Amino acid sequence: MESCPSVKNILLLDSEGSRVAVKYYSDDWPNKSAKEAFEKTVFTKTQKANARAEVEIAVFENHIVVYKFVQDLHFFVTGAEDENELMLATVLQGFFDAVGLLLRGNVDKKEALENLDLILLSLDEIVDGGIILETDANVIAGKVASHSIDLDAPLSEQTISQALATAREHLTRSLLN
Amino acid sequence: MAQPLVKKDDDRDDEADYSPFLGIEKGAVLQEARVFNDPQLDPRRCSQVITKLLYLLNQGETFTKVEATEVFFAVTKLFQSRDIGLRRMVYVMIKELSPSADEVIIVTSSLMKDMTSKTDMYRANAIRVLCRITDGTLLTQIERYLKQAIVDKNPVVASAALVSGIHLLQTNPEIVKRWSNEVQEAVQSRAALVQFHALALLHQIRQNDRLAVNKLVSSLTRGSVRSPLAQCLLIRYTSQVIRESANNTQTGDRPFYDFLEGCLRHKAEMVIFEAARAITELNGVTSRELTPAITVLQLFLSSSKPVLRFAAVRTLNKVAMTHPMAVTNCNIDMESLISDQNRSIATLAITTLLKTGNESSVDRLMKQITNFMSDIADEFKIVVVEAIRSLCLKFPLKHRSLMNFLSNILREEGGFEYKKAIVDSIVILIRDIPEAKDSGLLHLCEFIEDCEFTYLSTQILHFLGIEGPKTSDPSKYIRYIYNRVHLENATVRAGAVSTLAKFGAMVDALKPRIFVLLRRCLFDNDDEVRDRATLYLNTLGGNGAVVETGEDVKEFLFGSLDIPLVNLENSLKNYEPSEESFDINSVPKEVKTQPLAEKKAPGKKPTGLGGPPTGPPSTVDTYEKLLSSIPEFANFGKLFKSSAPVELTEAETEYAVNVVKHIFDGHVVFQYNCTNTIPEQLLENVTVIVDASEAEEFAEVASKPLRSLPYDSPGQTFVAFEKPEGVPAVGKFSNMLRFIVKEVDPSTGEAEDDGVEDEYQLEELEVVAADYMLKVGVSNFRNAWESMGADFERVDEYGLGPRDNLAEAVNAVINLLGMQPCEGTEVVPNSSRSHTCLLSGVYIGNVMVLVRLQFGIDGPKDVAMKLAVRSEDEAVSDAIHEIVASG
Repeated sequence: MESCPSVKNILLLDSEGSRVAVKYYSDDWPNKSAKEAFEKTVFTKTQKANARAEVEIAVFENHIVVYKFVQDLHFFVTGAEDENELMLATVLQGFFDAVGLLLRGNVDKKEALENLDLILLSLDEIVDGGIILETDANVIAGKVASHSIDLDAPLSEQTISQALATAREHLTRSLLN
Repeated sequence: MAQPLVKKDDDRDDEADYSPFLGIEKGAVLQEARVFNDPQLDPRRCSQVITKLLYLLNQGETFTKVEATEVFFAVTKLFQSRDIGLRRMVYVMIKELSPSADEVIIVTSSLMKDMTSKTDMYRANAIRVLCRITDGTLLTQIERYLKQAIVDKNPVVASAALVSGIHLLQTNPEIVKRWSNEVQEAVQSRAALVQFHALALLHQIRQNDRLAVNKLVSSLTRGSVRSPLAQCLLIRYTSQVIRESANNTQTGDRPFYDFLEGCLRHKAEMVIFEAARAITELNGVTSRELTPAITVLQLFLSSSKPVLRFAAVRTLNKVAMTHPMAVTNCNIDMESLISDQNRSIATLAITTLLKTGNESSVDRLMKQITNFMSDIADEFKIVVVEAIRSLCLKFPLKHRSLMNFLSNILREEGGFEYKKAIVDSIVILIRDIPEAKDSGLLHLCEFIEDCEFTYLSTQILHFLGIEGPKTSDPSKYIRYIYNRVHLENATVRAGAVSTLAKFGAMVDALKPRIFVLLRRCLFDNDDEVRDRATLYLNTLGGNGAVVETGEDVKEFLFGSLDIPLVNLENSLKNYEPSEESFDINSVPKEVKTQPLAEKKAPGKKPTGLGGPPTGPPSTVDTYEKLLSSIPEFANFGKLFKSSAPVELTEAETEYAVNVVKHIFDGHVVFQYNCTNTIPEQLLENVTVIVDASEAEEFAEVASKPLRSLPYDSPGQTFVAFEKPEGVPAVGKFSNMLRFIVKEVDPSTGEAEDDGVEDEYQLEELEVVAADYMLKVGVSNFRNAWESMGADFERVDEYGLGPRDNLAEAVNAVINLLGMQPCEGTEVVPNSSRSHTCLLSGVYIGNVMVLVRLQFGIDGPKDVAMKLAVRSEDEAVSDAIHEIVASG
C-alpha cells in the first residue's frame, strides 16, 4: 500500500462528459488519449447514477472513483484501488463544497466556466502533486477568494451574473438579519 | 497575423450552452498574451488571459517549445504587478508550464523574494512553485528558508514547505534528510494538516530505519495526533511495524493491537475504517482480534452513505476469503444490500454471501442472484460467476442447481470475457465433480450450437474431444460436433474434425460412423479442414475395417506438446528450407521467464556515453546465437540450459559482474557480464581467472577475453569447461577479474596509452544440480503423472528441520530442484499446516521428470516432506532423490 494517501486525479466534467477542469497527479494516464478514454469511461458508467444527495463510488480500471453531481456538473476524484475510500470522499466533498461557496450556490457549468480561475485555484489548494493539501471547504474557498475577488473592481466590470449573485447575496443577508 | 475565430456551427445551436470560451483559439490567445508586456499592466485583463491559457492547457491543447517559452517569458513580466489575484494565477501558470532549467533562472529571484515576503500567501505559494521547478543546485541556496518555513507559525506556509519536502525527497533525499529536526517539531504542531504533512515526511525520511519508525510509532500512539488524516497515516505505519515485528515475537500479545482497537472508537469515520481494515489485514489475525473490527464494519453496512457501505462490504468481502465464519454475523445486513442502488455494493454483498453461506442457503441465494444478474455490468457478472464456481467446488452436492444457473446465464447476452468465465467455470466443474460431467458437457454442446466466439467454440470442441469419449454414451455428442462442420467458419470446422477423430480413436464402436463423417469433410472448401480429415483418416486406418487404434496414433492425437509454443514459433521462424527437415527435438524446451531487469550501474547518467548500453542478451535463443557465433564453443553441441544471471559483486562496487551458466552435454560455459562503473577508467584485455580446484570433474578448455570495457557499456568474457558427458557434475569455482586499467580524461573521453595490470576479487560461483534441470511445465499434471506410470517411481520421506513456515520450506525445495511448479501449487495459503506441491521439468539427457511433494508441519516447527518422483529413467528418479538428500 502507498503509505502516504494520494489522489490520482480530480475531474470536473459537464453533462456531456466534456472537460470543465481536470487535474492529473499520477502518470497512470501517460497521454491525452489515455486521459480522455478514462474520462469517457468514468462519465458514461456513472451517468445514470443518482449522485446528487450523497457521494457515490465505483471502481474503474483498478481505480477507486468517488463522484458527486450537481446541476450539469459532474465532480470526480480518483485514487488507487487500495486507497481509503473515505479519504477520497473527503477530498471530493471539500472540492465540491468549496466550489459551491465560491460560486455562491449557483453551481452549474456556465457559472463554473465564467469563474474558471476560481475553480483552478481551488484545485491548486486542495491537492499538491497528489498529496492532500486541505479538505476543509471553508478554508479552501477562503484561500482562493481572499486573493481573487478584487473588491475595488467597479461594478460595471463585473459580469451580469456576478452582479446578480452579489445582489442576491446582499438581499439574503438583509433578510436574515 | 491575427487569425479569424473558427467556430463550429453546432456549438451555437443551444443558447443555454453559452460559454465564455466559445470559439477560443490558441493562436488568438497567444496574441492576447502580449498584454503581459505592456508597461502599464492591467491586472484584470492579464488574469483573464492567463485563465484562457490555462483553459486551453486543461482542454488538452499543447504548446510548442517556442510557444511555451514565449508565454513563460511574458508571464515572468507579471511579477511587476502587485495585484494579489494576478500573482496567484501566475504561480499556477508557471507550474503548468514546467519551464526548463535555463528558464527557471529567470523567475528564481522573483520567487525567492516572494518566499521571504511578509504576506503568508506569497510565502506559501512561492515555496510550492520553487520546489516544483527547481533542481538540486538551487535547493541548497533556499534550504535555509525552507527549514524556517517548516516551523513557520502560519500553517499554510508550514504545509507548503512540508509537502514540497515530500516531493523533493524523491529527487534530493540527502538535502531533505537534513531537515529532520524541524520536521519533528512540526509533527507536534497544533494545526491538523501540518501534523499530517509532517508525519508523512518524517516517516518517509526514516522509512528505511526500522528502529526509528518503531520509536516514532510508539511515541505517537500514546496520543497526541489531532488530525484524522494524520491518525490514518499513523495506523498505516503501525500496521507496518506490526508486520515487521511479527517474525520476531511469535508468542504473546501483538504489540500495538490495543492502539488499533482504540482507533475503532475514534470520532472520524475515516479513522475507524482505516483501523478496521488494518486489523483485518493483520498477518494470521485471530477471530478474537477480528471481532471488534467486524462489528464496526457491520454498522457501516447500514449507513446512508454509499461510500461507507462500499468500503465496509469490500473489506468484509476480503475477510470472507480467509475467515468466512467471522463474517457470517453480517449476513442479514449483507442480504439487504443485494438490492442496493449502487451495483458495485450489491455485487460485493452477493459474492460475500456466496463465500460465507452454508449449503442450505445456496438455493435461496441463487434465486436472488438470478433476478439481479440482468441489470449489472459484465465485469460484475464475472465476479459472480467466479464466486459461484468456488461455491460449487465447496458444496459439490449442489452442483445441479449451480450448473443450471451457469447454463442459463450462458444462454443470455454477454461479452466474450463474461462467456469465457462461464465456460471456464463449467469446464472446471466437469473436471472436479464427476457427477456433473454429463450435464455439463451437454450444456457446452448446446452453447456451441449458437456461439458467436470462434475461440470459445474451438476450446469447447477440444475439451469435448478429451472428455466426451470417456462418458457412458459418447455417441450423443457426435451430432453436435458434426453440426459444426456444416455451419461454422473454417477454424471451428477444423476443430470439429479433430474432435470427431478423437472420438473415432477412443471409441472403437463408433469408428465406422466417424469415418463416414470424416470422408464427407474431404470435400470441404478449406485446405486445413481437408488436410486434417485426410490425416486422421489415414492415421486411424480409415479403409473401413474396425481396427484397434495403435498406441503411437493415440499418442499423436492426444499426447501433449511438451514444448512451449513461443519457442516452437521462434524455431520455425528461424528454420530455412533445406535438405534437412525441421527437427522438433531441436526446439528449446526451457520455459522463458521474464528477462531479469538489468541492474543499473550506480551513478549512471541518463545521457549514456557511446550510445545506448548494449545489455547482455538474456533469453534462451539469443544466448544460443551468441554462443554459436564464438568459434571456440561452436562444437559443444546443443545448448541445454542457461541459468539466470548470478551477481558476483556487491551492488555499487567499481565493477559490476554477473555470470550466466550455460550447460551443454559435455561442457559448461560461464558468461561473465561485466560493467565498468568508473568514468575515469578504461579496462582492456578483461579476463576472469577461474580456480576450479573445488570442482574436480571440470577442466578448463577455453577462455575468451574481452578486448576493451569502457565506462558504462557492458561487455562479456567467457570461460569454458569440459565435464563428463551427460553427468550432472557439480562444483565450486572461485573467480578473479584480471584486466589492464587505463586512465581516461573524463572531459575528452580519451584514454592514456599506458595501462597497469590489476585484479579484482569476485565472489564464488557454484554449479548445482538444479542447473541440469529445465523448467518445463505440463498443462495437466494429473494426466501427465498417470501417463508416466509408476515404473520408475521413487518415494521417500525427509525431515527438513525447523522452518519459519511452510512457504519457506516449499520455496527452498523448488529452488533446490530448479523445476517448474505446476497449477499454482507453489503458493502456500497462509498458516496452513500441510501442502502439496507439483513440479515438472526436463533433466539433462532430455528426461522428463515429475515430482509430487507433500509437506507437513510436524511438532512445533519441524517440517517433514514426502517426495515422490516419476520419470522416464530410473537413474534420474534416483538422482532427484540424491539432490534432495544432499541439499
